[in-house]
Amino acid sequence: MNSPNGGPAPIKPNQPAQAAKPRLAVFKFASCDGCQLALLDAEDELLALAGQVEIAYFVEASRRTLAGPYDVSLVEGAITTPEEAERIQEVRRQSRYLIAIGACATAGGIQALRNWHDIDDFIQAVYAHPAYIDTLATATPISDHVQVDFELRGCPINKYQLLAVLTALLVGRQPSVPTYSVCVECKRRGTTCITVAQGVPCLGPVTQAGCGAICPAYRRGCYGCYGPTEAPNMDALGQRFLAMGAAPAEIVRLFRTFNGYADAFRLAGDKLEEMDRTSVQRRG
Amino acid sequence: MADITPKIGAYISIAKTSLQAVFDNLKAAGFTLIGPTLGDSAIECAEITQTTDLPIGWTQVQEAGTYRLQRRSDQAYFGYAVGPHSWKRYLYPPTLKLYTVDHQNGGFTVTPATPATPQYAFIGVRPCDMHAIAIQDRVFLHNGFQETDYKARRQRAFILAVNCTEPGSTCFCASMGTGPQIETGFDLALTEIPEIFLLEIGSELGREMLTGVDWWHAGAFELQTARQALTAARSHMGRQLDISALPNLLYQNLEHPRWDQVANRCLSCANCTQVCPTCFCSDVKDVSDLQNQQAERVRVWDSCFNLDFSHVHGGNIRPTNRARYRQWLTHKLASWVDQFGTLGCVGCGRCITWCPASIDLTEEISAIREEGTR
Ligand code: SF4
Ligand code: SF4
Ligand code: SF4
Ligand code: SF4
Repeated sequence: MNSPNGGPAPIKPNQPAQAAKPRLAVFKFASCDGCQLALLDAEDELLALAGQVEIAYFVEASRRTLAGPYDVSLVEGAITTPEEAERIQEVRRQSRYLIAIGACATAGGIQALRNWHDIDDFIQAVYAHPAYIDTLATATPISDHVQVDFELRGCPINKYQLLAVLTALLVGRQPSVPTYSVCVECKRRGTTCITVAQGVPCLGPVTQAGCGAICPAYRRGCYGCYGPTEAPNMDALGQRFLAMGAAPAEIVRLFRTFNGYADAFRLAGDKLEEMDRTSVQRRG
Repeated sequence: MADITPKIGAYISIAKTSLQAVFDNLKAAGFTLIGPTLGDSAIECAEITQTTDLPIGWTQVQEAGTYRLQRRSDQAYFGYAVGPHSWKRYLYPPTLKLYTVDHQNGGFTVTPATPATPQYAFIGVRPCDMHAIAIQDRVFLHNGFQETDYKARRQRAFILAVNCTEPGSTCFCASMGTGPQIETGFDLALTEIPEIFLLEIGSELGREMLTGVDWWHAGAFELQTARQALTAARSHMGRQLDISALPNLLYQNLEHPRWDQVANRCLSCANCTQVCPTCFCSDVKDVSDLQNQQAERVRVWDSCFNLDFSHVHGGNIRPTNRARYRQWLTHKLASWVDQFGTLGCVGCGRCITWCPASIDLTEEISAIREEGTR
């Protein structure tokens, strides 16, 4: 799948027209369902998709569930409970291609904010009967547990990107999604940069494109929904925000949102927090 | 006076309010007017119809990585420098569908996209941007092949240029020999002086667009006021760039430590290349439908700061920020000369203002010049 020399083997069985269609499954782990909705939201294309694949398992869309194995499994959500940690192993066993979709599945999602805190404190604070809660201390991406063939980023994912990935798999070529920054989309769109013109901290320069740079068009700094770019210069961006007058804690919060547990964002946030701590100590 | 139209090359004066009549003539001739207008937080380029759409009474302050709108104390129509947009958006759009391919009887057919070519009148093209258009002409029209969509848009475009009497603080056109005064290539060139617009007629079409407009031959005093304003502008450039010894200065300093320093600050976000009015890089993207029966090919702006841009068989030839920043700067100020016989920079200052990391190419060049090999 990640061979630099060519695409994956097509998932469409290379047989006469009557041959079985490739089987698609959609699984949910700890998530908000928004990424599955992106698939349901692809109304026009959904029929075409149903013509190309057999939707064998997609409980959000259909009560009919067929047992594996599956040619392609789309996996939404993070791994947050012992049950999920086991279930993802079974999904992997049943799947020829496993595609992690969305910030939860690719980086742990917003629930990975727990990773910086003591899970027991949350359980005590939130649940009337903490004893019933069986959870892991962390929320982690699918790739921490099983081999993932492709990661489609986004919070939520972009339905056109999802269709492009499925189309690529159907014909057997490498899925192509842009890896450049949100700034590139922002400029194509013609938005005036809000960092430059309004002093708003924006994660666009270090975030992978995919959303079409929606937030800056509505005067919001990018929240990093599509995760870090391939080689983000987090330190430089952090320094720039500091120079613009942002408080370190504010920048740490910006780095720690939907993709806060993605390596680059996590390390940058931790580093900044550490720097802030030591400088506060020195001052104190 | 209005019944006799002025000759090409003539300098005339009009009352500021008469500019609306020029706009009306352009609209009547079928042009879509694109010009500066007040956006949310900057003077942007967009479709305009009336002179009141212009940012009258507004200006801006620009610094590396910073842009802020400001009120003027007067009601100047053109009292600001270039903003985030350039005319490149309109001549060489960021996204353009090229053609559709259909699978048919074992073969395929290609259907080129044939959009109606827009007929733009660009209002307020600054001298630096006039030169940028001339540079893109070299790239797209006079370089052994022709970019047909660019050519069609370019040929239909009307240019009302505006001389710069108030350069911005990131401008350095005087260093590049591209401003603050326009010499050629326009249909009409305007200089704003108190109370009136001085116009130079650059073409037959420019002359026609003055039909019915009240004008008089520019007087000696008006001409002198304009000349003085432009001379003053020349010495009010916010930035300077010593272009002596370019391109060799860069070729001889490819291993200069300054590249590492700037790479530490650079975000590889590509903003500089997207706002630059001369950068021309693009990519083509294919999108096919699920049945694999139809595909579309779309051209999109690309950049040497995008990692995929330098991905070739076997790996990436510019895997670091250092390599990418060096590519950008050496292309603009060195190898562009080998390719197109001109520097690739016109001193508009956009890449300085709109760099979220506040990187300033004039600083980078002077650092290399001061500490480098010559
Ligand atoms: S607003 Fe954000 S995404 Fe847009 S160009 Fe500026 S930094 Fe980049
Ligand atoms: S390199 Fe910068 S200053 Fe020069 S033309 Fe491009 S954007 Fe303008
Ligand atoms: S500087 Fe980069 S983006 Fe601009 S024309 Fe050169 S290679 Fe292309
Ligand atoms: S020089 Fe500035 S605008 Fe250009 S890629 Fe680097 S950080 Fe972005």
